[in-house]
Amino acid sequence: MTKELETICITTGPTEVGEYVTLNIGPIHPAMHGTLRVITQTDGETVVSAKPEIGYLHRGVEKLGEHLTYAQFLPLTDRLNYCSAICNNVAYEMAVEKLLGIEVPPKAQLIRMIMMELARIADHQVCVGILGVDLGALTPFFYLIIQREEIYEIFEWHHGARLTNSMGAIGGVEADLPERFHEKWPRLRDTIRKANDETDKLLTHNRIWMDRTIGVNAFCGDDALDWGFSGPMLRACGVKRDLRKDEPYLMYDKVKFEVPVGKHGDVFDRYMVRMLEMEESIKIIDQAYALYKELPDDAPLMKKVPKIIKPPEGQIYHAIESPNGELGFFIRSDGTDKPYRIKIRPPCYMVYQAFEDLVKGEMISDLIACLSSLNVIAGELDR
Amino acid sequence: MSLKEKVESILQSDLVELSEFRGDICVEIPKRKVIEVLTRLKEAGFDYLSDLFGVDNLAYYEKAKKAKKKKGEDEPEEPKRQGPPPPRFEVIYLLLSLSTNERLQVRVRVPEDDLVLPSVTGLWRAANWPEREVFDMFGVRFKGHPNLRRLLMWDEFQDHPLRKDYPLEGKGEERHLNYDIV
Repeated sequence: MTKELETICITTGPTEVGEYVTLNIGPIHPAMHGTLRVITQTDGETVVSAKPEIGYLHRGVEKLGEHLTYAQFLPLTDRLNYCSAICNNVAYEMAVEKLLGIEVPPKAQLIRMIMMELARIADHQVCVGILGVDLGALTPFFYLIIQREEIYEIFEWHHGARLTNSMGAIGGVEADLPERFHEKWPRLRDTIRKANDETDKLLTHNRIWMDRTIGVNAFCGDDALDWGFSGPMLRACGVKRDLRKDEPYLMYDKVKFEVPVGKHGDVFDRYMVRMLEMEESIKIIDQAYALYKELPDDAPLMKKVPKIIKPPEGQIYHAIESPNGELGFFIRSDGTDKPYRIKIRPPCYMVYQAFEDLVKGEMISDLIACLSSLNVIAGELDR
Repeated sequence: MSLKEKVESILQSDLVELSEFRGDICVEIPKRKVIEVLTRLKEAGFDYLSDLFGVDNLAYYEKAKKAKKKKGEDEPEEPKRQGPPPPRFEVIYLLLSLSTNERLQVRVRVPEDDLVLPSVTGLWRAANWPEREVFDMFGVRFKGHPNLRRLLMWDEFQDHPLRKDYPLEGKGEERHLNYDIV
């Protein structure tokens, strides 16, 4: 390692592997999304090998979890995928609820669904926007980020936080949807659609965009499954798999939506899958809100849960479909008020380990495009 | 056929223990047959490796020991257990069947004096980083892994932080960068 650190910047001249240039990108680099680091070997502009190094944002969340009570661990889950913190919160809450063997009231389930789909839209908007920025298209980023801010306003309205939401609690949600949600949502829906439409017009059939994305690091479905891909990355490779459909949780089996699937697994397909998923999310929110309105105003929001949560001895694994893919929590309880072991299965961990396979033989500029399209979040990756 | 029966018929005599909790099925398989049994499970439909991680059972055993002591201080000590002590570590494989959407937890017990397991990177490439992480956090080595280095902690780090005897605050390690100028 120390030897490696000396040769960190740029080495030229003949090396053991031939006349390649070692180029270190990151961990502090504007294009490396947080604290990711890739050590590449390049032949001219072609990437011969790219070795990702991770762990620069490792905070020991799993170790901390063993020393905190079940309720205290919730705020830490915000810091995993900070682009869609609500999905992490709900995934953790649902895992603990499974461990306790309780089911939350229908109203809480619908509120969770609405908030999670809003978070999914926000996450995809960031991902598509940043992908554009990294490829030199700055304009769509602003269209999308304005809408994301509107979504964050709804979050702030509901539970008082924009980014690190800590929404809900084990057993349900604390607060009902804000009173004027029925006014605000239709307006927001129209503006989100408009922003997506403008992004679509600016990017999808843009000659430069097509040249930069179509066919860039294409990946086949079998390889993707072997590497443990999930979520939009897997669907872009042509595998129709969505936990909301395959292993329905909350009330996803009561709403109708499509699962967009790509064909080639290239950057363009990943972009298209994300764009189409936003539209599906809007449909889900509409249907969930219609179901929500059928419920009486005083329907319960919380299931009765003891103040000190002491689940019985046992171990469970529960996964949900987060914007990036399968987000799972494995919890083992030893009968005390603290979890014995918590393991988080972050979706982009599995995707990022295949990075070398994805970018081998591509150009350096395509490496940046690939990294943006994977939507790797360092907080989730390093835990 | 229920998942339980299906798993029993696939594993047959290699099934050490089967437990069920809230619908999640966990099976234990013998350590020396890891590759063979996992290959059989993969061929039988559990074709997606969802995750792989370790668990340290030290605190669990210590707690059980203490509880035993408290219960009967006057009673004569129980006769000592024959054979080796219970293995300290566990490695859990989370498998998923893509066709039937059934999940299965497969666990292998790893004793402290023999911290080696065969690597499953040949079966699923997805096991690459998770195995590195188990090595990093628990010190379990994987035989046949292409690149078994620390993943999250830095390379000069000595301990294995997720072990139960490693303190939460750490042991005061600091990252020293040794720039040997040749």
